[in-house]
This record gives sequence, C-alpha cells and structure tokens, in this order.
Amino acid sequence: MLLLLTLCYTEFKGRCVTINPFVYQLEDISKSYAGKQVLSVDKLVIEKGKFYGIIGPSGAGKSTLLRILNLLEPPSRGNLFFNGIPVTKMGKHILDLRRKMTMVFQKPILFDTSVYNNVQYGLKARGYTKKDITKLVHIALDEVGLTEFANRNARSLSGGEAQRIALARAMVLKPEVILLDEPTSNLDPANVAMMEKITKRLHEKQGTTVIMVTHNIFQAQRMAEEILLFFKGKLIERGSTDKIFNNPQDERTAAFIKGEMIY
Amino acid sequence: MADIWTGLLQAAKLIVSLDSELLAIVFLSLRVSGVAVTTAALIGIPLGAFLGMRLPASVRWLEKLINTLMGLPPVVAGLVIYLLLSNKGPIGHMELLFTPMAMITAQTVLAIPIITGLSLVAVRDKHKEIRDTAVTLGASQQMVIWTVIREAKRAIVAAVVAGFGRVIAEVGAVMMVGGNIQGSTRVMTTAIVLETRKGNFEFALGLGIILLTIAFIINSLLYRVQGEVRNN
Repeated sequence: MLLLLTLCYTEFKGRCVTINPFVYQLEDISKSYAGKQVLSVDKLVIEKGKFYGIIGPSGAGKSTLLRILNLLEPPSRGNLFFNGIPVTKMGKHILDLRRKMTMVFQKPILFDTSVYNNVQYGLKARGYTKKDITKLVHIALDEVGLTEFANRNARSLSGGEAQRIALARAMVLKPEVILLDEPTSNLDPANVAMMEKITKRLHEKQGTTVIMVTHNIFQAQRMAEEILLFFKGKLIERGSTDKIFNNPQDERTAAFIKGEMIY
Repeated sequence: MADIWTGLLQAAKLIVSLDSELLAIVFLSLRVSGVAVTTAALIGIPLGAFLGMRLPASVRWLEKLINTLMGLPPVVAGLVIYLLLSNKGPIGHMELLFTPMAMITAQTVLAIPIITGLSLVAVRDKHKEIRDTAVTLGASQQMVIWTVIREAKRAIVAAVVAGFGRVIAEVGAVMMVGGNIQGSTRVMTTAIVLETRKGNFEFALGLGIILLTIAFIINSLLYRVQGEVRNN
C-alpha cells in the first residue's frame, strides 16, 4: 500500500528524506479523552492534491481526526507521518510542519481588529514583507469578494462574510493542506454556494489537498473526490465518491447516505 | 437637607477657587493611587495572563486564593503593611511608615489581586477561543500569547480601572499606614473622614464631589479606550 519513492527528493535536517505520494499516513492512531476512546484508526493514507470528504454521525471522531491532522493535539497512541516525516519525532520543528497546513472551523473566530489584519495574520507569522502582504491580502479578499471590507472591524461582519474571511485568511497562506471542519453548517444557501465555489477553485488552481468534514452528505457528494465514512470513532468505509454513493459496501454506509441511520 | 445644600454650595466654591489645601490632597491621592495601580498592573497583568493560559486544574486553589484576596478588607492589608513597616517589623529600618510610599505599598497590595484575578478570567476565556485559530494560522508560541493578550485587552483595561476604583476609594489601609498627616499623607478619603468628624461638611463634600468626578472621568476614559480598541 505504501508505495514509497526512494528518490532523494528533499533534505530535512541534513538528511535525505524519502518522499511519497501521501501527505498524511496514520498507523494505529487512537485518541482518548479521560479514558474514553473517541478515535481509533488502524491505517489511513491521504493522497496529495485530492479532495476528501469526511462524513459520519455526531460523535464519530471526525473533528478529533482533523485536530490530530492539524497537529493541534497529539494522538494518544500510534504514528502520524506528514509528507513522510514522523510527526512525533519532530519536537520544536512542529511549527514548520503546521505552517504547511491550516484549518477553517465551523464557527469562524476572527480577531478583534480589521479584516485586513485578520487576513494578514498568518503571513506576518511567516515573516512576509509588508509589500508582499499587501499584494497577497488584496488578492485573497478579491477571491472571496470582500475587498471593500478590508478596513472594517472583522467583528462587525455577518456570519457568512466572517466565514469567507476565515477562508481567505487560510487561502492566502497557500497551504499544502486545508482542513475544513463543517465550514458551511451555519451559513445560508447563498454563502454555502460561494464557499463551495471558492474552495473548489482553490483545490483546482493550487492543487491544495482538501479534507472537509461535513454533516451534509449532498455537499460531500458535490465536492469530494473521495469519501471517508466514520462511525463511533472508526473508519468504516472509504472510496471514490461515486462508489460510496452508488455502491456502498458496508450496510452502515448505505444506511447513512440514505439518511436512515439512527444514532 | 439644608445642611447638604449649604455644603454643596460651599464645596462648589472651594473647587472653583482652587483651594490650595484641597488641590494638594487631590494630587496626593492621584499620585498614590496612580503609582500603586501602575505597579499592580505591571505585576498583575503578566501574572494573570500567565495563570489564565497555563493554570492546570491541579492548582485551581490558586485562583480561589486570588478571588478571596480580591475581597481583602483594606484594614487587614493596612495592618499587615503596618506590621512590616513598623519599627519592630522586618523592614522597619527603612522608615517608610507614615509616608506616601507606605500608602502606595498598601494600595498596591490591594490592587494586585483585583487586576490579577480579572486579567486571569479575561485571558482564560480568550485563550480557549483564540489559541486554536492562531495556531492553525501558523503562529509561534510567543505570537499566540501576544494575540490572546491583545484580544483580551478590553477586559484587561477594565481590570486596571476596577483596581484604580478600589484603591482611590479605600480609606482603611491609607489611614493605618499613612497616618493622615496634613500636608504629607492626607488623601481624599482620609480627609473626608477627618473633616466630617470636625463638622466641616463643605470641605468633606467638596472632596466627595471630586472623588466622584474622578471616578466618572476614569470610566469615560475606559469607554473611550474600549471604543478605540474595537475600531482598531
């Protein structure tokens, strides 16, 4: 399964690092809170440049998985690799890895300052010059159709506008991976459509790997190339969107996509 | 009732005529409480921020202790500082008792728990909300800390103002360690007590009005600062 390319593609800490086609590899990953296991994944690989939809009922461990992938919290057990590099052994270099990915949450938390300052935040963290920041922020605001909001306080925006700014703030970083945790569940249909269009464009234009958790199975069907279905902390089925929706192998998957799963 | 009106009229005259004794008392009050609150803020804000971000559940008793100290009776703070500064006390040789420095020390002790406790709560609330977002945007640890403090700044400003309100209005501690010496350690609150006892109501009322006016100005400044923070 793990087809590793043995070419010396890049160097890390002076050593030759084997590069592979997977952005994430998870081996025997589990996460427990107060002794209760909420996630347990034996093996999972995420390919570079693909659009993934993670679906499943509440309490399936979807958001926990995203937090582990975003290196926000370590797994209780198991091995996680990012671009072939074991994350557990990274120590202080975890910041360098985190800067290759970003996440948009269900509830957009914007800082109590201008829209411009919000969008430039990650660029400033990465040490971009003022000139580059100005250029990139304006491109990002243009992408989400909110250029004229640059000088407004971010807290004065509507829910839909705030989420578009959160997306612009993530996109401007040109991440290798963007993790979306139910980013449209609180939005009206017009903003949902806009968010989907922007995300799809980002994926297609920049080749960004997108991993989106969603409660909306139709959204997953519209957006994702591959679906991962979680149930009670376990990955029960994965496959192309077409296969999952037209020919599910697991009866729980079949029940879930028909909306018949009672949980 | 007539006494109050006469008193208010006399008080207004005193204020308008810029009575030198009155002014000296007002300026000393502002100096003592200003220095005390600045010192308490320099200690309390970083301490509150640190505890708000890092306080593990196992030492939550520390938070309870701070909350208890927020209600520390000024006379108790005054008594402790008195014992420390008196001739037989551990730092009695510094001869600070009955000086403005002793009053600043007592008020600093009173303001620290308030500023620390309120900053702690403000920072902890923001920390939960802000940390994850800042981290996912690639912020370093220092940048996360700075962002959390910046997001909590309005509540921190309110904490400092609450501290100032507490110390400028307290009388017990400054009376005990300052001694209410005319021209040296007499501040607005101790002067109000003395003048009332003497039956000199207009002077006491004048000071009372100034005290309230200062509180009003400080609150207005707070609203302005908070407004500016919001628009930044």
